[in-house]
Amino acid sequence: MRKLKRLAPQIVALVLVLFAVTLAVPGFLSISVQNGRLYGSLVDICVRAAPVALLAIGMTLVIATRGIDLSVGAVMAITGAIAATLVADNQPLVVVLLVSLGIGLACGLWNGALVALLDLQPIIATLILMVAGRGIAQLVTGGTILTFNDPAFSFIGSGALFGVPMPVLIWLVAGLVVGLVVRRSALGLLIEAVGVNRRASSLVGVRSRFLIVAAYAISGLCAALAGMIVTADIHGADANNAGLWLELDAILAVVIGGTSLSGGRFSITASLIGALIIQSLNTGILMSGWPPEFNLIVKAAAIVVILTLQSPTVATALSGLRATFGSASRSNSHEPTGKAGARAK
Amino acid sequence: MIRNRNLPFAATVLVFAGIYLLCVLQFPTMLSFRVAGNLLTDNAFLGVAAVGMTFVILSGGIDLSIGAVIAFTSVFVAVLVRAGVHPAVAFALALTLSTAFGAVMGMTIHYLAMPAFVVTLAGMFLARGAAFLITTDSVPISHEFLDMLKSLYIQLPGKGRLTFIGMVMLATFVIGMVLAHRTRFGANVYALGGSQQSSELMGVPAAATTVRLYALSGFLAGLAGLVYTLYTSAGYSLATVGVELDAIAAVVVGGTLLSGGSGLVLGTLFGVFIQGLIQTYIVFDGSLSSWWTKIAIGILLFVFIVLQRATLLLPRRSGKAVAFTPIPRGG
Repeated sequence: MRKLKRLAPQIVALVLVLFAVTLAVPGFLSISVQNGRLYGSLVDICVRAAPVALLAIGMTLVIATRGIDLSVGAVMAITGAIAATLVADNQPLVVVLLVSLGIGLACGLWNGALVALLDLQPIIATLILMVAGRGIAQLVTGGTILTFNDPAFSFIGSGALFGVPMPVLIWLVAGLVVGLVVRRSALGLLIEAVGVNRRASSLVGVRSRFLIVAAYAISGLCAALAGMIVTADIHGADANNAGLWLELDAILAVVIGGTSLSGGRFSITASLIGALIIQSLNTGILMSGWPPEFNLIVKAAAIVVILTLQSPTVATALSGLRATFGSASRSNSHEPTGKAGARAK
Repeated sequence: MIRNRNLPFAATVLVFAGIYLLCVLQFPTMLSFRVAGNLLTDNAFLGVAAVGMTFVILSGGIDLSIGAVIAFTSVFVAVLVRAGVHPAVAFALALTLSTAFGAVMGMTIHYLAMPAFVVTLAGMFLARGAAFLITTDSVPISHEFLDMLKSLYIQLPGKGRLTFIGMVMLATFVIGMVLAHRTRFGANVYALGGSQQSSELMGVPAAATTVRLYALSGFLAGLAGLVYTLYTSAGYSLATVGVELDAIAAVVVGGTLLSGGSGLVLGTLFGVFIQGLIQTYIVFDGSLSSWWTKIAIGILLFVFIVLQRATLLLPRRSGKAVAFTPIPRGG
């Protein structure tokens, strides 16, 4: 019950977005089974949201430690390029998967080492790989868009298991595994402790360095998974455009999910719903026939509204208002107030 | 103490001289006014925007909207000029808009206490989206006023040219240096970057400084957009994607601390030069691909940040080393 309360603003926002799109596009919500797999706009949203959802899982942990990982888009490009090279080289699928995940892990460890061991600011530490990463990916592909034809690897991007598309399955399983590991053990709490006050948590014996490195490593692994999905989906590696600006979408998903950029309390489920909200906006704008140029404007407006409601100043002001007017304001409170109220608690 | 503070800047100048020396040893023709002039012209828009970024970073903030604002300004001006508006009027309108845009972001950051990173990210989406809304085509422009501006150049020996936009960049740096090091506003920016809380307690007007700071960054991004329009003679909404990263890289390589409060505007000029030099080298070499630029800049970023870390740590080691010393059990 408490958990549901925490997720309420995100769920309400998602429902509102879906409702708005349904008004513009009748039949938007219909789901059917064709050729033994699910079809429909909602399924499409879940599939298209896969890269951002995966990135958001790792990003949530990183942001919870009061960090940020700007390099995930570039890591996607690198792992995509490496996976495509290996597949084009006819390597077995296991080798492709393991090497790509290994590279993603290595990228994450590099970021983690810079942040935790060299005490660099996370924005800057991960900026290095963000700038250099695309160059490295270009180096791997030789500057061309590397294409391949391999049904086994493509299955990751376009296959389906028990009627559920593989990308959806991957981000669901990844979210479940990471979520269970951090929430069914004390790890999540310790990560939050590091994010709130790293020095204090170190003093009470929390292994803050290890936890920070681990958060970035998981972020790297998630980016590797996302990179492989994108590569498998388009049957090729595009070092220039794979994962371009997805780090921003992932950060946005986490922020919409109510995890503060200044670290501390986090919720992976809320971040995943955040990713779905972003993708619903994208798909909705596309399907309702608005020019795609509006996409960025709508996204910017959504961020501004959501963040304004979450900002400490507004939250304090609103809770002050509520204290003043008591139950009177609660009975006629409209949706935004309710959202901010839930955050303020 | 002063020597310590200027150590990163000295390192930047040294690296610039070193890279230039290597370039000249391999390609003697690079030691010419022509190359120097082109270095200024080709990087003029980046330089102008990087001055604004220097102020923002000195205050401990960040501005991710720069590239999008440059693109917006260039499209905005191009469409206005195509519609028959005099370029000077279009320039003034564009600068007013971009300054107001920056000021609004500054207000949002200060009054709503939101992280600069997210606010300017939203600003980036907004500006880029607005540019898309105006047009997604590349709009070429020609006007005698623009031709006149382009013909304003100083002939350097050896067919080199100090173009108008090169002069604009140099002037921006000079004004930026005066603003940062010789005015109350500049002192306030450094103070905010050092510690917002202490500076507010000492009477630094945090609200006014933050708003002016982002307005300045917006103004300079707009100016960079105008320079870019002159440079390419066109407006294109997909142009200058990721310029904010180049600008941040230039500021960091120029010796400004990303945590704010320490750095020199002049350092950023050398940061821009170093990036330009790497690009020029790759063009001269001919066989290297352009993606090496990114890798080289990434490596430079890494080296500089680690160097900064070292110079920061060294003086503290002798005295209080509390903040950065690993705690044995917690390590």
